[in-house]
Amino acid sequence: MEALTRPLGKLGRATAEALGGMGYAAMLLYESLYLSAFGWRIGQPLRLRAVLEQMRQIGVDALPIVCLLAFTVGIMLGIQFVSALGEFGAQSQVVIAVAKSVTREFGALITAILVAGRSGSALAARIGSMTVSQEVDALAVIGIDPVRYLVAPALIAMLIMLPLLTVFADAVAIYGAALYSAPALDITPSAYMLQTMSLLDPGDIGQGIAKSAVFALLITLIGVSTGFSVVGGAEGVGRATTRAVVLSICWIIVADMIFSYFLNR
Amino acid sequence: MNTPAPLIEVEKLEAWYGKRRILNGVDFTVHPGEIRVIMGGSGSGKSTLLRHMLGLNRPVSGSVRLFGTDLATASDREKLEVRKRIGVSFQGGALLTSMTVGDNVALPLREHTNLDEQTIRIMSRIKLEVVNLGGFQDLMPSQLSGGMIKRAALARAVVMDPRLLFFDEPSAGLDPVVSAELDELILRLRDALRMTIVVVTHELDSAFKIADTITVLDQGNVLMTGTTAEVRAADNERIQDLLNRRPREVHVDADEYLQRLVGETE
Repeated sequence: MEALTRPLGKLGRATAEALGGMGYAAMLLYESLYLSAFGWRIGQPLRLRAVLEQMRQIGVDALPIVCLLAFTVGIMLGIQFVSALGEFGAQSQVVIAVAKSVTREFGALITAILVAGRSGSALAARIGSMTVSQEVDALAVIGIDPVRYLVAPALIAMLIMLPLLTVFADAVAIYGAALYSAPALDITPSAYMLQTMSLLDPGDIGQGIAKSAVFALLITLIGVSTGFSVVGGAEGVGRATTRAVVLSICWIIVADMIFSYFLNR
Repeated sequence: MNTPAPLIEVEKLEAWYGKRRILNGVDFTVHPGEIRVIMGGSGSGKSTLLRHMLGLNRPVSGSVRLFGTDLATASDREKLEVRKRIGVSFQGGALLTSMTVGDNVALPLREHTNLDEQTIRIMSRIKLEVVNLGGFQDLMPSQLSGGMIKRAALARAVVMDPRLLFFDEPSAGLDPVVSAELDELILRLRDALRMTIVVVTHELDSAFKIADTITVLDQGNVLMTGTTAEVRAADNERIQDLLNRRPREVHVDADEYLQRLVGETE
């Protein structure tokens, strides 16, 4: 009997923990949005300087690596589509295939995974170490709401910068694909880019932007809720950081699949 | 003459961690101008009591009121008003490691006042001078010693000139000389700035040096509250054990012990 009840008990506890975690993240989201909008009424104004600082860390500092990865992914897509479509004599479709797959899918996905690894983990580590060393308690007793001070600026910055990074990644990836594919298609890279622009709908880019906004929420909420839940000193902070990255990437991919299903039916 | 209203009122406070009761109906009050030491051994519930007094934990039952306001039921605005009037020096300092010492001290002023930057800088430097850390404002917390971190945390705690100041284990981890300096500093603060001070500690020498009154906690119960002389003269066995550093005698019932060991796995 115990062999049956023990796994069930574990499953029940894990489910309850997961639901509790989601509830906590939802509460952090509500508090962050409320304090961002109305915090000034209760003496907890959102500081523009903190948001700008987070925007720099999340967005501007990530530009080189996003550029490198997007460019590489663009070239890879160019290689794959030129080769695969060439087998069917459909090389003329390379431009649209790259354009749609980058703007609808890969631009947002690659950028989000990268930002989860860079900024999601940094959020979890920062808040986790602050929790362990009582800095979060110190903020609270000074009269500074930790959610307003630590979460809201990161959330707002992420919601602004991730879509912008995604659009940037889209452009760089398509340019990478153009550099590889244009000679194979017997056109110039600038003609490739012009053709891409004429083939893309605003909806294609919009799809990537909408996804990136959802990914921004997921990365921030998983990072901060994992950070606030740290127990067990430095080792706990390390565990939380890893957990934040793994959870963020899992949820990003699941959310992407759900998005793709509903938006492309 | 009327007695001034207490700044802290703790009534029938209970706290639990899971199935373990940490505070068992704690009652006491702290009046303006007092230095109250809350003393007890490890696991007596001191830190939990402090967290409740600071509004970091919500009471399961009972209440804690600071300046007449119950932080558990107060509105955000009321809580903020109370927090502007208190200062806290945490055991490990809890300075924000991403900021310089000067920015740490200036943080409450930047958040809660409309003072210009020059005035804020001057005020925070004055407080750093008060705790003998003048000239250290540009260092990061990681560049300070343990005693300096505690003094910097104290400068941050008093920068808003609070009426009520809390210390969590001020002497913990410090050598006797630095510990004695910190005790002197606490006394100076009370005399110079007329603060009411609550110190949570298990260091007997420090407690008797600075306290006006002492509340002795043991296993979540208040054993007594009184002056240092009254506590020294108390005929309570646990208090005398604590004062004379005698370890608690542990009586083990074999059957109960066995039940505890195997109970979880059955």
